[in-house]
Amino acid sequence: MIPPEFDYVAPESLDEVLSALRDGGEDAKVLAGGHSLLPLMKLRLAAPTLLVDLRKLPGLRGAQRENGQWKIGAMTRHVDLQGNPDLGPVGQATALIADQQVRNRGTIGGSLAHGDPASDLPTVLVACEGSVTITGSDGTREVAAGDLFQDYLTTAVGSGEVLTEVRVPDFAGWGSSYKKFTRRAEDWAMVGVVAMVKKAGDGSVEDVRVAFTNMGSTPIRATATEEALRGKGVDGIAAAAEQAAEGTDPPGDLNATPDYKRHLARVLTRRALEEAAAG
Amino acid sequence: MSTVPVRLTVNGQQHEVEVEPRLLLVHLLRDKLALTGTHVGCDTTNCGACTVHLDGDAVKSCTVLAVQADGSEVKTIEGMADGDNLHPLQEAFWNDHGLQCGYCTPGMIMAAADLLNRNPNPTEAEVRKGLEGNLCRCTGYHNIVKAVLDAAKEGGGRIEVPAPSPEGVEAGEAVAGEIKP
Amino acid sequence: MSATAETTTGGNGHVGRALRRKEDPRLITGRASYVDDINLTGQLWAAWVRSPEAHAKIVSIDTSAAKARDGVIAVYTHEDLDMEAALPMAWVPPGVDVNTPDHWVLAKGEVKHVGDPVAFVVGDDRYAVVDAAEDVLVDYDPLPVVTDPEAALEEGSALVHEQFGTNKICEWSLGGGDLEAGFAEADVVIERRIVNHRIAGGAIEPRGVLAEWRADKLTVWSSTQVPHFLRLFLSMLLEISEDRVRVIAPEVGGAFGSKLNIYAEEIGCAWASRKLGRPVKWIETRSEGMMVTHHGRDQIDKVRVGAKRDGTMTAFHTTIIADCGAYQMLLTPMIPPLSAFVMCGVYKTPAVQTDIIDVMTNKFPTDAIRGAGRPEATHLIEVMMDQLAAELGMDPLEVRRKNFIPPFTEPHETPIGVAYDSGNYAAALDKLLTHVDPAQVRQEAEGLREKGIYRGIGFCTYTEICGNAPSRIVGPGGFGLQGGGWESATVRVHATGAVTLYTGTSPHGQGHETGFAQIVADRLGIDPQQVDVIHGDTQTGPFGLDTYGSRTLAVGGEAAARAAKKVADKAKAIVAHQLEADPNDIELSDGKWIVRGSPEKGMALGDVAGAAYVPENLPEGMEPGLDEQSFYDPDNFVFPFGAHACVVDVDAETGKIDIVRYVAVDDCGPPINPLLIDGQVHGGITHALGQALFERIHYDESGQLVTGSFVDYALPTAAELPSYETDRTVTPSPVNSLGVKGVGEAGTIAGSATVTNAVIDALRPLGVTFIDMPLTPLRVWEAINKAKGGSQ
Repeated sequence: MIPPEFDYVAPESLDEVLSALRDGGEDAKVLAGGHSLLPLMKLRLAAPTLLVDLRKLPGLRGAQRENGQWKIGAMTRHVDLQGNPDLGPVGQATALIADQQVRNRGTIGGSLAHGDPASDLPTVLVACEGSVTITGSDGTREVAAGDLFQDYLTTAVGSGEVLTEVRVPDFAGWGSSYKKFTRRAEDWAMVGVVAMVKKAGDGSVEDVRVAFTNMGSTPIRATATEEALRGKGVDGIAAAAEQAAEGTDPPGDLNATPDYKRHLARVLTRRALEEAAAG
Repeated sequence: MSTVPVRLTVNGQQHEVEVEPRLLLVHLLRDKLALTGTHVGCDTTNCGACTVHLDGDAVKSCTVLAVQADGSEVKTIEGMADGDNLHPLQEAFWNDHGLQCGYCTPGMIMAAADLLNRNPNPTEAEVRKGLEGNLCRCTGYHNIVKAVLDAAKEGGGRIEVPAPSPEGVEAGEAVAGEIKP
Repeated sequence: MSATAETTTGGNGHVGRALRRKEDPRLITGRASYVDDINLTGQLWAAWVRSPEAHAKIVSIDTSAAKARDGVIAVYTHEDLDMEAALPMAWVPPGVDVNTPDHWVLAKGEVKHVGDPVAFVVGDDRYAVVDAAEDVLVDYDPLPVVTDPEAALEEGSALVHEQFGTNKICEWSLGGGDLEAGFAEADVVIERRIVNHRIAGGAIEPRGVLAEWRADKLTVWSSTQVPHFLRLFLSMLLEISEDRVRVIAPEVGGAFGSKLNIYAEEIGCAWASRKLGRPVKWIETRSEGMMVTHHGRDQIDKVRVGAKRDGTMTAFHTTIIADCGAYQMLLTPMIPPLSAFVMCGVYKTPAVQTDIIDVMTNKFPTDAIRGAGRPEATHLIEVMMDQLAAELGMDPLEVRRKNFIPPFTEPHETPIGVAYDSGNYAAALDKLLTHVDPAQVRQEAEGLREKGIYRGIGFCTYTEICGNAPSRIVGPGGFGLQGGGWESATVRVHATGAVTLYTGTSPHGQGHETGFAQIVADRLGIDPQQVDVIHGDTQTGPFGLDTYGSRTLAVGGEAAARAAKKVADKAKAIVAHQLEADPNDIELSDGKWIVRGSPEKGMALGDVAGAAYVPENLPEGMEPGLDEQSFYDPDNFVFPFGAHACVVDVDAETGKIDIVRYVAVDDCGPPINPLLIDGQVHGGITHALGQALFERIHYDESGQLVTGSFVDYALPTAAELPSYETDRTVTPSPVNSLGVKGVGEAGTIAGSATVTNAVIDALRPLGVTFIDMPLTPLRVWEAINKAKGGSQ
């Protein structure tokens, strides 16, 4: 319940944040909404010696459409995005994260930088082929979703770096769905599936994206399913979904064996694709 | 480790306190400001007994550092009634037997207020989904859900607050309005 | 069976009304006072060092780093605690040998389960003591672990406590009728192995204690159901005379049996407070609570049922293997016998026997959790009724009706010697069927199946035993409990006419401040708002026996009614004297005692109190004052009953269950406050649905607790549950004057079988014929797969 001791700063500029992180070294951590980090600290599973709070940084909150893509500030909270129809799977997934209180504090940047394969937004970013901006002492770089998530709780955001912005494509023309299978509403996904479908004028599937939550140590694209469906009619969804779990090796736990998770992945993929294709 | 000054307004009253950076908001409220109506029921951000409003939004105060609330407005269960006039949610919880041991109740009421702020006329299903972050062991939720629906009928949800929009929402902008009976 | 207090009261008819609760204003405004809301000058904090090992020798404990920390006052280990006695277990069944290990406040030499406390730190800051506890270095030498109770009984198993040479705690049996003959005459015999898994109480307020030793007296505030028991055992363990110990159960944030115990932390904090001369407080974290607040259930039930072809049951035999964990707490070995007491269910089966084997494993002890023994029995009986019906090709309700004990208003003795007080089981089922139509549900099911949704309906008809307890039955000379079962109440009328009721019960959410006020108000012609109900303080009221086992109303409420009647009788004598009438002609009418037929003259309670306390004109020989006490010891238990139904939809692809409807008809006698009854039923059902579908305490083979927080121990949220439909039948109990039976556990007792039967019913078209709780999506999916594979 009680986090270990740490020092705390809340700088007012990005430069000061970077300098504080540099001074803090390996054990310094960036604090955004705190809803990934603080729970770990309360159970003493994480013990940073310095927290650098981003809350006073200007310009990191809000979503803007610009040049055919959405730019979302890292400190934008889930509640600011939840249910927004223009944001496709981002709006759908943020509405299903944990509970309203968590969504009122948790941020998109914090969630992505934490890189928990059981959380929802990393999957969305991978599915929609978004990217993030990472700023460090050496400058700013753009990292594609596929390169951001490296392993369980390990992302391309280095110590001393800050994830400042998230970019996702404009979802115009895409139908999307996020199917999150949980025991209880507030739980982590046992398995989650993001499906995005872009239909051609003849109703066939021009492009398709499918990605999984909690089916491995990072979010996973269901490439076999995508390939099987791309360019086909929507009546091919069921067959394509059958290939959804190919190549996955999900971790099992008390409530879900790997076999069951693969089964859920197939079922949820079909349902998500059907919904995305209808939308 | 050094302490940090925190200035915040709780239920309309300003406070300035020196705190350890690790002090949780819930402990600031309970142990330093003597507002013990906010409870702690778990250590994993599940139960919602510690729910308060931070700049108008319901948050779990066990998962917010006191230092993160610097410069913020906090509302707790003690600030819900207007003098002797109970908030419509408090009245409805009482009328509908929406509580038994009472321990989850403050957090449940604060979460319900947030829910009605966002959705003044919810369906039963929306109320149930909206309270997913709050655990109750006594009531089976039946009468809690009834109370929230009744409070909505009584105007508990008619609050002039703009719905949060994805663009340019700054902290503290979407303040939950005072809900007058 | 005698009933001495009057059933008709002549008051203002507050009993039976759905009054909103008197306790709520403080609770909805955040002004209530739970243990952690109380702080004392000079208060210290305690934090516990707990074993990460399930079974190990303690090689060494190094407390030096912890002691060196700022703000740390002391660190204690077993050797520091100069206590002669260990934590109590209160049941010594006559003629049965029980292997009961010492259960010390701090582990002595070895740890026996994850979370077993080895030391505690006391210091002046809530946060600092947690840091210091992490600094206590304990060197463990692991020992073999056993977590499976059946394996624990096998020859050569690892032993939890070496000194007994076995993991068996005891065997105990209760039966009646000729079992052998019953099975011999059966046309059909079915057998099932039913696992009733381990669960937690899950009160949202964790446990907590604040102990203050001051001026040679000990005051302990604890989040407990049993302040009087706690006082007794504090007195015994700390060797302080009981009159110098005061225990206060302040506002208690739910308990459900889990706070019906004497815990190491309560004793440890009190001991440390005396040692240090300063108040010591400890508040449990949820993760601690999952480890060291007692669990419930954990039975493997092997059930055999014999029946005639027409559905008539001839014999019912259950063997219970009860996994009691590493130690025995206050009532641990008494819980399985509570299953045995109701093993006849609502049926007239002529031969019924329950054989109980209690076993030790490297887990935390089990004890009473809401229902305590009766949910286990009801689950297995009612699941078996459906299994039997399927075997016979009969309607499950028809099989039940065939075997119902016919309606009775005077005690009915079952073959095992338990005398049910009153019952009308068919009436409860009939009432249930006015709300839910199985034929319609089956019709709906047909339409849903093509969508992959399997709809099913399940039933449960139950009775249970509560109202603990008639001392002559349960006491040392009877069942062997080292205690009585009576309850007390004092009704004090103040000079103003306001009334205080002191009850020896100690409720924690049930609403007795309101219900008891209604009972007293009616007997004294006042408004319930004028009755203040005081509970949970061993110093202010009469000696009491606290709250558990749905006893509070049936025993404590009756005591309150009797004390109020004594006040009313004295009031009548005073009124008769003042109005120069015969006491037999005095009656209570519209809030006044009048001479029958002369309503113009009369005295309200305030007038009577005035006369009683200013004794100028009292009857010859009458003592002044208006303050009466009752100690009520019931003649029998009470036996609530009812019929429940549940409709579920199962997503056959994912195994996920959606509860569509839950309908409950319960009979707890005449309602005192219907609002409170419904609330208890709702909560009780939810506890059962929680167990059946979501909750599970699980230890892995190495004895690690896998479900150690509210992340993994899944209490259901509002989003998983339906609104409930409740109704009642009213069959008064002849045991008490109120006619009431307890209802706090009824929903939990009935619920798990109801929903399990519904799920099995739903899945029968897929070939699933049986499934054990918890009915997680994984387990349902696996059952469907297994059935498809034809292996079942």
